[in-house]
Amino acid sequence: MPKHVLIIGGGVGGTIVANLLARHTQAADASVTLVESTGHHAYMPGWLYMPFNHDGLDSEHILRGEHDLLNHRVNHIRGTVMRIDTQNHEVRVHYSPGFDEIAGTGGATEATYGYDYLVLATGARLAPEDLDGLSEYDGDSQWHHFYSAEGALNLQHALHHFEGGRIVITVGGIPYRCPPAPLEFTFLLDEWLEKRGLRSKTEIQYLFPLPRVFPIESVAEVVTPLLEQRNIGYTIFFNPESVNTEKKIIYSLEGEEVPYDLLVLVPPHRGARIIEDSGLGDEQGWIPTDRATLEVKGQPHVYALGDATDLPVSKSGSAAHFEAKIVAARLLAELRGEQPGPDTVYDGEVMCFLETGYNKATQLVFNYEHPPRPPRPSLYYHMEKQLFNRAYWHIVPQGLV
Amino acid sequence: MPETKEFTIDKEIDARGSFCPGPLMELIRGMKALPVGGVLAVLSSDPGSAKDIPTWVQKAKHDFLGAFPEQGYTRFVARKAH
Repeated sequence: MPKHVLIIGGGVGGTIVANLLARHTQAADASVTLVESTGHHAYMPGWLYMPFNHDGLDSEHILRGEHDLLNHRVNHIRGTVMRIDTQNHEVRVHYSPGFDEIAGTGGATEATYGYDYLVLATGARLAPEDLDGLSEYDGDSQWHHFYSAEGALNLQHALHHFEGGRIVITVGGIPYRCPPAPLEFTFLLDEWLEKRGLRSKTEIQYLFPLPRVFPIESVAEVVTPLLEQRNIGYTIFFNPESVNTEKKIIYSLEGEEVPYDLLVLVPPHRGARIIEDSGLGDEQGWIPTDRATLEVKGQPHVYALGDATDLPVSKSGSAAHFEAKIVAARLLAELRGEQPGPDTVYDGEVMCFLETGYNKATQLVFNYEHPPRPPRPSLYYHMEKQLFNRAYWHIVPQGLV
Repeated sequence: MPETKEFTIDKEIDARGSFCPGPLMELIRGMKALPVGGVLAVLSSDPGSAKDIPTWVQKAKHDFLGAFPEQGYTRFVARKAH
């Protein structure tokens, strides 16, 4: 009997695990099922650039069909997971509209899938309501973000109608995806305003929760002088406590208040609702995960990876990418009836870029043992990032790198 | 959970080896999720935490309960005050 691996989530982590398992097993040994609800695969780093370009919601830079990225051996189910029962090794799925017709389920709209191994790649969700004064984000919201395609598009419109004033950029909650992104946005905004002749009419304020402008001291040392050179104001120790969108003021729990004309706020994040509903998450819905084996604590035969975990690594596609290779390698060993070896542990590896504007970027490479040593921002790393943005679709989801 | 004479730790976060987002971010996240009066411990192997963590706890007006050196890391303990 083939063993059945069930993967929940069609982001970078879930897709890589599915493809690696499908490629390195035979049908007689393993079947691989991936459940996701949208039918699409989003390249989230592309959202950073959207406010400054003319990409729409369906731009091929940021969105493609998930099915086309999956190995033909992956059984792709499009549906919303309603229940995860780790006691009985079962997952209940409500099919997305139209899926029952494609799959020929005979009109059934729900089904229960059993598994031998479960992979939770359920990601993070935005929870603006966690910050006092904000509610669910919609097109009319009096604040902006670039943490969804819709948010980035709204911000694109807002910026294209902006005529000057004070723009405040800040982080609404911890943890959030891609720690460098607010800083990158700030640098790209400065350049964009300059090119549109609006920079002299605009004050940019970057507010950050920590005692420096970036979590890592060596990185803060590189970017703080750049903020100063470009006349970008910054306030440290600013943890937003509430926002008054009518008065256009943001308040910190440290007791400061900052007025704005346009607010760009990274919304608070939480784990997926299904994780909270299934009792598999902590207070914020993150899954308690072993930092080395990526097994879910106290849940045999269940792995977690990417944004969904409570690991002390950055919530990023890069971390999910490296973790996916480890989860796949461990599962392949288990499917062969072997104990996963010492070479199949996650060492905290992350590699990412930090755009600093004007066609320059730096690069951060680190793991649990070694902090990053960012090089001086240069055209080289910017080009590498731009190449990666294009190459992503052809090499990453497939698990080729 | 470890227990000492002065306080009981309600939640402990292992942030050893965390460079990004880093131990202080883990502490801030943990404090937000904790009820008022709760005690949080964060394990850090980052030398910068010795300055960062007490400074933030003081700035945010919580109670810093101490830094306790262990083999290769330090346990930072704070109580949520409001």
